Amino acid sequence: MQRRVHPTPEELGLASCHVCGLISKRLESDVGLLCPRCLSRLHRRKPYSIESCWALTIAALILYIPANLLPIMETGSLLSYRRDTIMSGIVHLWHTGAWGIAAIVFIASIVVPLFKLLALALLLVSVQRQSTWWPMQRMRLYRLVELVGRWSMLDIYVVTFLAALVQISSLATVRVGNGAIAFGAVVVLTMFAAMKFDPRLIWDPLRNENLP
Amino acid sequence: MPDPQPEQMVACRQCGLLQQEIALQPQGGAVCCCCGASLYRNTPDSMSRTLALTIAAIICFSLANIYPILGIELQGNYNATNLFGAVRSLWQQGMHPVSALVFATTILTPALEMAILLYLLIPLILMQRPPRVVGIMRLMETIKPWGMIEVFMLGILVSLVKLKSDVTIIPGVALWSFAALTLMLSAVAASFNPRDIWLHLDRIKNNRED
Repeated sequence: MQRRVHPTPEELGLASCHVCGLISKRLESDVGLLCPRCLSRLHRRKPYSIESCWALTIAALILYIPANLLPIMETGSLLSYRRDTIMSGIVHLWHTGAWGIAAIVFIASIVVPLFKLLALALLLVSVQRQSTWWPMQRMRLYRLVELVGRWSMLDIYVVTFLAALVQISSLATVRVGNGAIAFGAVVVLTMFAAMKFDPRLIWDPLRNENLP
Repeated sequence: MPDPQPEQMVACRQCGLLQQEIALQPQGGAVCCCCGASLYRNTPDSMSRTLALTIAAIICFSLANIYPILGIELQGNYNATNLFGAVRSLWQQGMHPVSALVFATTILTPALEMAILLYLLIPLILMQRPPRVVGIMRLMETIKPWGMIEVFMLGILVSLVKLKSDVTIIPGVALWSFAALTLMLSAVAASFNPRDIWLHLDRIKNNRED
């Protein structure tokens, strides 16, 4: 099916405002292009979208390693002491019979961050190669990345909450491990990366291809 | 056919296609004919509805932050915490970045979001232009992805399951308040329509000029 990809505002000498959505004629002023309604600076595409998105994705990928290797939670009681990484915590949950919760934490903490990193890399490579391959599917992939990203914070909230609650003198204590810092950074960096990515770049190669 | 004026056109925020605006039925929505993203909705009473939901959310938010979420009991020892207590306890354990992240996503952003909505909607409904409205609207767009009350709510539920085999759990008032707050905030997000605010600002401006 041939999708309608023309016109864009730029092709008609217009500009669209990313803050208020107003379409206006492109009128140059001495401070660059400004929206007549809300005076925001107008950009054709998000500035430095691909560069910043790559930088944030790679930084997140590097931090993904300590996030999974360092302990995220230390549990101590009179009889036992445990240090759990994200994965060993999930395995422990599984063994105690909480399969549903183990699955939820596994999806939120392992599957979602990994999926986000791979999806962002795929989107960036395809956009850089000016690919016209399956634009709608890549668009859906991008929407999914934006939608699921926040849910990775789940484990951070769980350890925060447990560390505050389980402080019963020497009977039982929970501490947050250094892995939580790295893991929190992965979530924040991938969220910034997804915000920096401009999905209109997915469609631009199709426009160049069937220019009249 | 004459070309439509720029003000009667809309560009899809996701794929960039320029399309002509058409009038919609109340509660109707327009989607992009290229990528299917939502372009705009016609929600005639969205401002008063959002204001009402915001006030309800503020009440839930206050209760959720005053009362303890959960208490636990183990061999006669009792401990309970609320959200801010959890943030402070994490700070005292030396986990400053994580503590700040939790504070920003579960307390600061939702509080700011609700304050901004009050600040914008009350004057707008009274046909006044709130001072610095553009900066505030931009701030609202920026902070929106960082409010994560619903994820925190799931976090509480996961903690409950983790604890239930080892200790006695006493649910606190804030547990129910958080559940209500999660619903209220999703209702606010669903009914808030930035386009209505921009159109309303244009109307206020035109009224003044007449």
